[in-house]
Amino acid sequence: MRITNQKVEKAILSEPAPSLKQGPLRRRHILDLDDFTREEIELVLETADAMKEILGREIKKVPTLRGKTLVTMFYEPSTRTRVSFEQAAKSLSADVINLSASGSSTEKGESLIDTARTIQALGADVIVMRHYHAGAPYLIAQHVNVSVINGGDGCHAHPTQGLLDLYTIREYLGTVEGVKVVIIGDILHSRVARSNIWGLTKMGAKVVLCAPPTLVPVGLGPPAFPSVTMEPNLDRALGGADVVMPLRLQKERQQRGLLPSIREYIQFYQLDSRRLSKAKPEALVLHPGPMNEGVEITPEVAHGAQSVIEEQVTNGVAVRMALLYLLVGGAQ
Amino acid sequence: MPEKLILNQEDIHRALTRIAHEIVEKNHGCDGLVFIGMRTRGVPLAKRIAAEIKRFEEVDVPVGALDINLYRDDVLSLGWQPPVRPTVMPTDIMGKSIILVDDVLYTGRSIRAAMDALIDFGRPRSIQLAVLVDRGHRELPIRADYVGKNVPTAADEEVEVRLKETDGRDEVAIIRSDRGGGQ
Amino acid sequence: MTAIPLLIVGGRIIDPSQGIDKVGDPFIAEGGIAWVAKGIEDLTPERYQILHAEGMIVCPGFIDLHCHLREPGFEEKETIATGTRAAARGGFTTLCCMANTNPPIDTRAAVEFIQKKAAAEGAVRVLPIGCITKGRRGEEMVEMGELAEAGVVALSDDGNPVADSRLMRYALEYSRSFNLVLIDHCEDVSLSQGGVMNEGWVSTRLGLRGIPAAAEEAMVARDIALAEMTGGRVHIAHVSTAGSVDLIRRAKEKGIAITAEVTPHHLTLTEERVIGYGWDNKKPSSLPLFAYDTNAKVNPPLRTARDVEALIDAINEGVIDAIATDHAPHEDVEKMCEFDIAAFGISGLETALGSLLALLHGGKIDLATLISKLTAEPAKVLGKSEIGTLKVGAAGDVTIFDPEAEWVVDPSAFASKGKNTPLAGCLLKGKVMATICQGQVVYKDDAVKLETIGRQTRVRG
Repeated sequence: MRITNQKVEKAILSEPAPSLKQGPLRRRHILDLDDFTREEIELVLETADAMKEILGREIKKVPTLRGKTLVTMFYEPSTRTRVSFEQAAKSLSADVINLSASGSSTEKGESLIDTARTIQALGADVIVMRHYHAGAPYLIAQHVNVSVINGGDGCHAHPTQGLLDLYTIREYLGTVEGVKVVIIGDILHSRVARSNIWGLTKMGAKVVLCAPPTLVPVGLGPPAFPSVTMEPNLDRALGGADVVMPLRLQKERQQRGLLPSIREYIQFYQLDSRRLSKAKPEALVLHPGPMNEGVEITPEVAHGAQSVIEEQVTNGVAVRMALLYLLVGGAQ
Repeated sequence: MPEKLILNQEDIHRALTRIAHEIVEKNHGCDGLVFIGMRTRGVPLAKRIAAEIKRFEEVDVPVGALDINLYRDDVLSLGWQPPVRPTVMPTDIMGKSIILVDDVLYTGRSIRAAMDALIDFGRPRSIQLAVLVDRGHRELPIRADYVGKNVPTAADEEVEVRLKETDGRDEVAIIRSDRGGGQ
Repeated sequence: MTAIPLLIVGGRIIDPSQGIDKVGDPFIAEGGIAWVAKGIEDLTPERYQILHAEGMIVCPGFIDLHCHLREPGFEEKETIATGTRAAARGGFTTLCCMANTNPPIDTRAAVEFIQKKAAAEGAVRVLPIGCITKGRRGEEMVEMGELAEAGVVALSDDGNPVADSRLMRYALEYSRSFNLVLIDHCEDVSLSQGGVMNEGWVSTRLGLRGIPAAAEEAMVARDIALAEMTGGRVHIAHVSTAGSVDLIRRAKEKGIAITAEVTPHHLTLTEERVIGYGWDNKKPSSLPLFAYDTNAKVNPPLRTARDVEALIDAINEGVIDAIATDHAPHEDVEKMCEFDIAAFGISGLETALGSLLALLHGGKIDLATLISKLTAEPAKVLGKSEIGTLKVGAAGDVTIFDPEAEWVVDPSAFASKGKNTPLAGCLLKGKVMATICQGQVVYKDDAVKLETIGRQTRVRG
């Protein structure tokens, strides 16, 4: 599904939206969604509209960030997020340098701070980092002068994913306000779930978490997080849902012993067509990827009419372009 | 801030009507014409000109909207990011005669950015420029093909175009301000 | 070593071991305490020093039951020389150094190494603690008799728990012949595995794996059961949870021979300290730029406000016997990294008193109780009567402090090599002004006047 004609009309006819009159994103780093105001999130989403239009053109490039350099430091394997940032940067005519953990100085024992400082000295304007240790982007942001974007740190946050999920929901449902979003699965280890909780609650959605008790972290809810509802029974959770988001069952990060078997997980928590029918008829299915088809989600649902998983990927590039523009374009 | 009105509602209407006729005359009809309004106020102006043409030629000329903020030459030094909106191209521009429409022509840098943007969309046959107000002080070799009114200004003055669609009323004012000009 | 006799004038003497709180002028000669009635005329030596303690508290030198001097094997973090100098600045005249060195203190030779080094380079008294198991591997008991003869004051595998309960049982039974106390680091590793801070809302907010309170409580319960069964003496190191306090309270009510200690940081800081500088607890959800403060990473971890309250109550009730610093210095590079891989530990000798006095100023504890936990009570755990007291004939170990003096914590000025403290930049109220160990002034603040009265000349020191 592409942008509908309705949106084209709206784009030509509408006034500048109120948030755009307010001004830029006043921050140097994007480390978590927790301190984004509603206005800032709206600014990012509206800017992403413009960026998505560029991605629909024949020539998907504008010269805005010409001469700027984006360096990606990915300490965890990731194809889609890294490529998404790379595409976003290139679409804005920035240069991209990709570093990965293996074969780099980290193997020789160089500390994270030293590596970041070296990259800054080599002329990076933005560092996008993904790391398996929570807090790593904060550590380098404390020690460098350039902007740092968190591409995912341990179990803590994945702010750009939260934003692109918001964008996707807004694209299809028109708004996020009052929308019921059900997140299913390994909440304990999911930075995507946490960032989504921030983004969604800030924009007025109602978030319901559905997971076996061993996969729910201690102390979710105020004061750590905004209020969410817990519902361990999946069929009950899905009633009236506008958006369903199954999380990847993270075998690699999950300590042994949290679940008796994958089979039991599938029996009680897998999102299949029967269960999906309990949600609203036009409910969207999102997934942060990569999917374990046959585990948390069936292939029918993953590739079915209600799935917007592919659109999430395109939107990811648009949202990341918006963030790069807002962060770097006009930075003092 | 003291301001002086230099165009009122009727003045604007007459200027746009004249421009509409000039465009049709110079292009020997409406064949291959596409209006691209430059955000933000160029867009309603473009629509009004197109409406005028429809009135006397009974032809629908496509109208689009162009956001030039990603093509500006001063994006990285402004100190703030101008908000960007989607660009809407109503049709393929290959081989078409584009009429760029903007409210005020000043240094010419916006038009340069607009032309860069248009070229990314394809190869038009020609690009012409229609502006409601030309206030002089060009910094690049850019000129308008159709001008509503020439208004000589000083560098410390601002020209503000207000339209019903965006500001609730039609008028053009010169405002004396302390900040230097710049667009 | 004969020190110049020393008269301390004008201070308020608080000695909980004798129940004393009065104004007086203690006199130290030949490294031991002698009393002098008020009147310098009564003094006989031809040459002596006068230390002016007006407006200050004079008490027995502090005894630290639990600190890590890192030598041998980790001299880059600390040495006996630097650690004892730090102790002196903190008012500690006796240090019990833990056995997790490299090589660990599990042989007579290792004990003698510590004793020789301390005699040659130590600024204060160092009492070695031996391991419970060979190499701290948790497999076989050490030769307790040999270590006892060599002079260890206690045994501990600290750093590690004694995970095997049967081994702990045998160790407790065997220790009875030598009357050695076993200090246990209570941590059920299968529950704490991978954890880096307290398990609770902060660890969830930060996305860090947590160490649940139960990890400590499970093993405290086990040790209490074993102490009851064997009659051996167990001392619970660094208690950190309300649940542990409840267990220890009930054990003591039953008369089981169990003692316990708590650190200054567990009495004054909570898990929220990990969130970092700039965290505004009115906006609890928003992380500041300086989040994930590794200086607050310690094992056992900083817990909740409820745990802190319970620990303070336990101190006041006597459920917890002593305060011990668990001084754990580390190099900068081991703390300037991601939270997950940063070393556990706080360098606490030089900030102990200052941070503890916040409890006094907040009305949570009284001065005599506080001093008792640092002096008389630790001496009781060790079974030593000549330290932790100012009675006549006791060792000349005196600490002099000003409970009102304000100072800012500057780790770069520490005598310890370990600059890792969560209190960097904090304003503390209460400062050690002078420390005397065996009659020798081992630390003195510049503001304290020390005069030397010689045979002919009267020289201001």
